[in-house]
Amino acid sequence: MLIRRRWEALTEVAIELLIRLCGISAILFVFGIFFFVFREGSGFLFHGFKFLEFFGSTEWYPTSQSHVRYGVLALIAGTASVTALAMLIAVPFGIGAAIFISEFCGSRLKETLKITIEMLAAIPSVVWGFIGLTLMNPLIMKLFGAPIGLNVLNGGLILALMSLPIIVSVGEDALKAVPDSYREAALALGVTRWQLVYRVLLPAAKNGLLAAVLLGVGRAVGETMAVLMATGHAVKIPASLLDSVRTLTATIAAELGEAPVHSEHYQVLFIIGILLFMITFVVNLTAYLFVRGIRGK
Amino acid sequence: MVTSAPPIVEVAELHVRYGRCAALKGITLDVRRNEILGIIGPAQSGKTTLLKTINRTIDDVPGAVVTGTVKVEGKDVRQVEDVFALRRKIGMVAPLPVGLPLSIFDNVAFAPRMAGVRNRRELAERVERCLRQAALWDEVKDRLDSLGTKLSGGQQQRLTIARALSHDPEILCLDEFSIAIDPVTTMRIEDVLKELRTRITIILVTNLIQQARRLAGRTAFLLNGELVELGRTEVIFSDNPANRKTYEYVNGIFG
Repeated sequence: MLIRRRWEALTEVAIELLIRLCGISAILFVFGIFFFVFREGSGFLFHGFKFLEFFGSTEWYPTSQSHVRYGVLALIAGTASVTALAMLIAVPFGIGAAIFISEFCGSRLKETLKITIEMLAAIPSVVWGFIGLTLMNPLIMKLFGAPIGLNVLNGGLILALMSLPIIVSVGEDALKAVPDSYREAALALGVTRWQLVYRVLLPAAKNGLLAAVLLGVGRAVGETMAVLMATGHAVKIPASLLDSVRTLTATIAAELGEAPVHSEHYQVLFIIGILLFMITFVVNLTAYLFVRGIRGK
Repeated sequence: MVTSAPPIVEVAELHVRYGRCAALKGITLDVRRNEILGIIGPAQSGKTTLLKTINRTIDDVPGAVVTGTVKVEGKDVRQVEDVFALRRKIGMVAPLPVGLPLSIFDNVAFAPRMAGVRNRRELAERVERCLRQAALWDEVKDRLDSLGTKLSGGQQQRLTIARALSHDPEILCLDEFSIAIDPVTTMRIEDVLKELRTRITIILVTNLIQQARRLAGRTAFLLNGELVELGRTEVIFSDNPANRKTYEYVNGIFG
């Protein structure tokens, strides 16, 4: 009897420990990843890393024999241009769709739309890249007469479609979080549906909507496979939408396999990883602070 | 009390169903111009639904089916072309004060602005007048720019009354306005209503039976979606109203 009771107490403790471990594992993983990425890049980061060249130069010649340059300005410009175009398309469509789903459509259409949009989120990124490569590429060449269809426009459109689901679903949640009493009060004052959306709901949900946009940005900045396949892989600052570019993420994906382990090139790729980590961290943190802003009210 | 002027609101054989659940089962009543009509009844008796049919916000309730007629100033509300103009004719105050997430000034100026009033002086005058009518002006005149939602519950409720008056309604509907505020503030608002009743028609749905007794000229008693009795308040609250149930409810025997 005594043994059995002790056994029960022991399993209780063990289970509690296990659950606790599950809870904090996410933090451990994130710090672990950051630690290893940092460690791989740190050797070069503290010895011989030229800060100015890294951020100020567009010359990316990591494997050159005589003229090694590690300038990521063009890569940053690539990521920024593709992300900016994606947001330019995805934000109005995404917020518009969120407004429509939350305020204007019937319950059956609402369910259908939500399921469809969530399916959009489930498409693997390599499939998106494939669409960019085989479908959009010839289409863009034909429509715009561009020499090649793998460019900012192509990558931006693909990324827009990829970040749309998160903008729509988080945006819709933000609108849903506006108390119905606001809607009733405003409608009873004789405002039209559009006035209600524009004057009451959007201001009331603005933090949540901003968080939706920032999460979309984070998605777009971090995306790798699709942009690797769709943007044409040319290291340069784009002058137009029809120029090919290369993003930070695509550079890591394309070159890491060929860089000798612990070489300078290898370490610089990890430094790019740190840079990406910091960008997405700042974006996500901002989004989080905005979301907390809504709850706090 | 018998007036020859036509009633401002006429409700005839009004049925409202939410899906399978009947909320109103054939209500017929009228509201006279510039009276306070009290509506009493226990929860779920259809009081709020009745108000919603008058300004047609029932349209936004999913699954609500309305039959019968509601006329405002002789016109069937369901044949009104401009529902927004109809709603501006009616001020509505909800049970829990709903300050829109705007400044005090903007809360009151909201409806006039939406109706197209742009002139700043006109807006300022109107805001002041409405806040004065709602007995709130002296408390907030120095901080019109602060958020309406930061006011106390009683102040917010007066803010919603000011807002309900901001589009010069002819009918003011109050739906259990005192449910979330203290007795002192309730009395202040009741004084405001006594002020207003000379100029405006008031429909006062109330959970406080004595409030109807204090304010209303006539009182209607709703029970389970049916109109049990509508009569002069003195009669409703007397020892022998027309219906036994009225007596029992008013005297707290059930409800």
